Amino acid sequence: MGATNRIVDLNVNGDRRIAGVPTHYTLLETLRYVLGLTGSKQGCDKGDCGACTVLVDGVATLSCIMPVWEAEGAEVVTVEGLARESGPHPVQDEFDLNGAAQCGFCTPGILCSAVGLLERNPAPSREEIKEALSGNLCRCTGYTKIYNAVEAAAERIRTGSADGAGRR
Amino acid sequence: MLRLPPHEYHRPRSLDEAVELLHRFGDDAMVIAGGTDLIPNMKHRLFEPAHLVGLKGIGELRGIRREGGALAIGAAETLASVARHPEVRGRFAALAAAAGHVAGPQLRNAGTIGGNLCLDTRCTYYNQTEFWRRALGYCLKKDGTVCHVTKVGKKCVAAHSADTPPALIAFGARVEMRSPSGTRSVPVEDFFVPDGIRNNQRGPGETITRILIPLSFVSGADGAPGGADVDAAAGGDADGAVNRIRGSPNGDEELHLRSGYSKLRQRASIDFPLLTVAVAAWVDPGGRMQRLRGVVTALGARPRELTGWDEIAEGEALDDDVIDALAERARKQCRPLDNIIVDPEWRRAMVPVYVKRALIQLRDEPPS
Ligand SMILES: Cc1cc2nc3c(=O)[nH]c(=O)nc-3n(C[C@H](O)[C@H](O)[C@H](O)COP(=O)(O)OP(=O)(O)OC[C@H]3O[C@@H](n4cnc5c(N)ncnc54)[C@H](O)[C@@H]3O)c2cc1C
Ligand code: SF4
Ligand code: FES
Ligand code: FES
Repeated sequence: MGATNRIVDLNVNGDRRIAGVPTHYTLLETLRYVLGLTGSKQGCDKGDCGACTVLVDGVATLSCIMPVWEAEGAEVVTVEGLARESGPHPVQDEFDLNGAAQCGFCTPGILCSAVGLLERNPAPSREEIKEALSGNLCRCTGYTKIYNAVEAAAERIRTGSADGAGRR
Repeated sequence: MLRLPPHEYHRPRSLDEAVELLHRFGDDAMVIAGGTDLIPNMKHRLFEPAHLVGLKGIGELRGIRREGGALAIGAAETLASVARHPEVRGRFAALAAAAGHVAGPQLRNAGTIGGNLCLDTRCTYYNQTEFWRRALGYCLKKDGTVCHVTKVGKKCVAAHSADTPPALIAFGARVEMRSPSGTRSVPVEDFFVPDGIRNNQRGPGETITRILIPLSFVSGADGAPGGADVDAAAGGDADGAVNRIRGSPNGDEELHLRSGYSKLRQRASIDFPLLTVAVAAWVDPGGRMQRLRGVVTALGARPRELTGWDEIAEGEALDDDVIDALAERARKQCRPLDNIIVDPEWRRAMVPVYVKRALIQLRDEPPS
């Protein structure tokens, strides 16, 4: 059977995106190769590593194993959609301040898992942070600085302090 | 980069529509629920269906609720929601723990309990790309003629690797299936068959709709939930399953359903089981057990219920000697094969260790 194309109607980072895609595309392939959103990474491409994690209706989801049609009708947020008008998302800012990214390949997926966690649990314990990020492999950092960054971001969101500028 | 084979994706809105689509496309179609098993397998060219019929949008396949004498779990309910459901956690702790230990968080958010029951068997020589498999001349399970594990045999011994079936079997659950010709249900242990190529008896066009777990000792007696002569404790009891049994061997007394679950894997964060153990029993206030069941998996093509436990444990309290005897009985029955890339002798040595861990949870503290 040859590939056919169909129109997919998505909501990505608050924008309605309508595009023709091959019917066998995953959400990740659509994001990267049709919509030009290359922030979400194609690591293993089969559900093992978490580099492709995006938020689908707020839930951390592996876009490399999600048929794109299942994302229709849902709100998709990728790493490109995390920052606000006022600046980076607190989790992004704390990754920077804590040195939580090295090569950076795992970072977009980890940021999405972390933001998904903080949206449902604004005051996670260290254990809950570890559990929420346990499906995201990082080969560089050893995770400690990542957990520190998520803890600091949670604290900042709870206390409403605008940024970590004083610590730069 | 792993491409999916070309196919059409269908999103039916009702179960009737899904059953109709599956009937219409016949062998050219496959059901997809969370896709966490099927999509990687399709990327490896282990399956190349022309049509996928998605179950995620079908409301009838969602929900966890009491029905008759059973807790009914919709087949498309995610593992994450099974793991955090209060009644599953309180009453069927080993099931909540099993669901909560599948893969990693994103996979539990997508993966379903119905898909877990139908998880394809796994093997070092099978879960590989087409290129890798071709280099080895393929194998019996897919595209080839030899088995690289047994070398001689004409039988595939790929491992059943799903975490929830042992717990479901220990609790006496049934699986309900729907096809154009109607609805039927079978005990979960009978759902599986000892064939690594296709290890369940789901017929073509059959969709799993629900899993039914008996709520009481009596309703579980003949394997069929419902219609029991029992005062199950009133709804919403957070203290786990409690039943007053009339005419039980020990007279009119309360039996609590207790359970345990343990899993051996390489990385505790994400990996498939090298060994999974679930145990469950009805326990009276003196700690004496009735109907203790122990089930292990990841060793062969289907889950294996441990035998000979009744004569050791029926009517006994679970003291350390009984636990040791049960663990030793389990070790004698389990002979892991070379189908997973881990030393089988070591896996065998871990059987009594993990059986003990599960039994200690059953006795002392539910798993979490
Ligand atoms: C990295 C990784 C780690 C994993 N670790 C584990 C693990 O530790 N333990 C474990 O148990 N699993 C593990 N899995 C496998 C998988 O995530 C789970 O088994 C999950 O429950 C599968 O459910 P699903 O809904 O995603 O199934 P799908 O992929 O949608 O379907 C799997 C199979 O079941 C069939 N099917 C699905 N639903 C139905 C239905 N209602 N009726 C009839 N047929 C149906 C499909 O046609 C397909 O053949 C892992 C997967 C990955 C990628
Ligand atoms: S057990 Fe043998 S036939 Fe089955 S998948 Fe493995 S190598 Fe192939
Ligand atoms: S790229 Fe999706 S999990 Fe690795
Ligand atoms: S920073 Fe390199 S993989 Fe995580």
